[in-house]
Amino acid sequence: MPKITYIEHDGATHTVEGEAGATVMETALRNGIASIVAECGGGCTCATCLVHVDDAWSPIVGPPSAEEEDMLDSAFEVKPTSRLSCQIKVTDALDGLIVRTPAYQGR
Amino acid sequence: MLQKTDQLLGTETMSEEINTDVLIIGAGPVGLFAVFELGLLDIKAHLVDILDKVGGQCAELYPEKPIFDIPAIPRINGKELCDALIEQIKPFKPSFHLGEMVTTIENIGDPLFRVTTDAGKVFLSKAVVIAAGGGSFQPKRPPIQGIEPYEEKSVFYAVRKMDAFRGKNLLIVGGGDSALDWTLNLQPLARRLTLVHRRDEFRAAPDSVNKMRALVSSGAMDLKIGQVTALKGENGQLTAATIKGSDGALSTVACDAMLPFFGLTMKLGPVANWSIKLENDLIPVSTATFETNVPGIFAVGDINTYPGKLKLILSGFHEAALMAQKAHHYVHPEKRLVFQYTTSSTSLQKKLGVA
Ligand SMILES: Cc1cc2nc3c(=O)[nH]c(=O)nc-3n(C[C@H](O)[C@H](O)[C@H](O)COP(=O)(O)OP(=O)(O)OC[C@H]3O[C@@H](n4cnc5c(N)ncnc54)[C@H](O)[C@@H]3O)c2cc1C
Ligand code: FES
Repeated sequence: MPKITYIEHDGATHTVEGEAGATVMETALRNGIASIVAECGGGCTCATCLVHVDDAWSPIVGPPSAEEEDMLDSAFEVKPTSRLSCQIKVTDALDGLIVRTPAYQGR
Repeated sequence: MLQKTDQLLGTETMSEEINTDVLIIGAGPVGLFAVFELGLLDIKAHLVDILDKVGGQCAELYPEKPIFDIPAIPRINGKELCDALIEQIKPFKPSFHLGEMVTTIENIGDPLFRVTTDAGKVFLSKAVVIAAGGGSFQPKRPPIQGIEPYEEKSVFYAVRKMDAFRGKNLLIVGGGDSALDWTLNLQPLARRLTLVHRRDEFRAAPDSVNKMRALVSSGAMDLKIGQVTALKGENGQLTAATIKGSDGALSTVACDAMLPFFGLTMKLGPVANWSIKLENDLIPVSTATFETNVPGIFAVGDINTYPGKLKLILSGFHEAALMAQKAHHYVHPEKRLVFQYTTSSTSLQKKLGVA
């Protein structure tokens, strides 16, 4: 199973087993990573599941869709590598993925 | 997203009292279905919601997502569920007050409640049903260090009176309809208006975007691409904001007021101030009546808690049915309640307009 590492803003690091087909947001919730809020449950309508994808992984994960890019307008401190984690599906190609979570998701 | 017509007109509209049997706070799926259950018992309802539309979480957070656990409906999306509920409660002609937040509840009788909204409306109600769900949808606050002292003094998340911004240097932040609408509405009044957005693309209505771009090219306003990172000022009065461009370069914009529009998030909001007993930001209720610790005030749907509570729409529907039985006792104390089925009772069918 692909491993995913979440690094929180204070440096706390969690490496967890992801399930192919689930999203990076769902994987975070299942593993109790509280800096992912996901108020809308993956609907791409709340922007409270923001992550900054590690620079090395960013080209592999790819850019946001137009709909996601619109929603990123409601997030804070958005970077070129920022994504909404509910819009990233875990695949075997993402084994080892590293994402950083922000200090504040808007609530 | 928040209702604008009210705000454009200014909100000192009225303070005449509106009499109702029941006031429902929150027009989410559970508040809507409460209208039906109350209606069957001849109880009239007014509903207030902060959103400019009905449907609560279903309408705001997942209108397009299918729900699979509404009894007897194998699949229905959030928006369709709200539309169906509106259709179902039509016979009871509920009155909606959208784009308003209930701020206070006062117990002035036995029981009788005086309920006010932030738009200055006053209701007199024999019972109150709190169907406030996950809390009120409120504007997101940007994570700018030290923003708090400026809030409501020179940083505003909504426009109450446009005139307050006349002759000011204004900074509007965001790229959606709220940001663009207020840019277009306030630009003629402001001394100078600057719109700040993180990218040179806007999700707002194309017509508003074109109008904004025309103002920028004619030199009537400024557009800056970047994110606000710091505020300058004293005693809550903003004087300037620092903006970090997409290239990382910092610049400063002089401003007297800032309006950030980053969408909505759910917060408990004024419910916390109503002197109703709370447990972890939820309202404990009796599972026989869904009444709170205050007689005459009920809580149904996601906002309540009791042993075994599940935050499901179907649970909220059940709660609304039981709540109505007890509410009847306050609204029609003289009348005896007879249990009836909608399939066979001509009196219920008359109310539904089918007999
Ligand atoms: C992504 C997602 C998927 C879901 N899927 C399902 C599912 O499949 N099945 C299911 O059963 N449930 C599901 N739910 C849960 C379901 O949406 C909630 O249980 C339901 O919306 C609760 O309804 P409600 O009417 O109690 O509250 P809400 O829908 O939260 O509505 C409350 C309303 O009250 C308003 N309000 C609050 N305070 C005030 C105030 N002071 N003044 C005025 N208005 C106020 C709010 O603005 C809001 O509109 C899901 C939720 C989410 C987020
Ligand atoms: S969970 Fe809401 S946008 Fe991702």
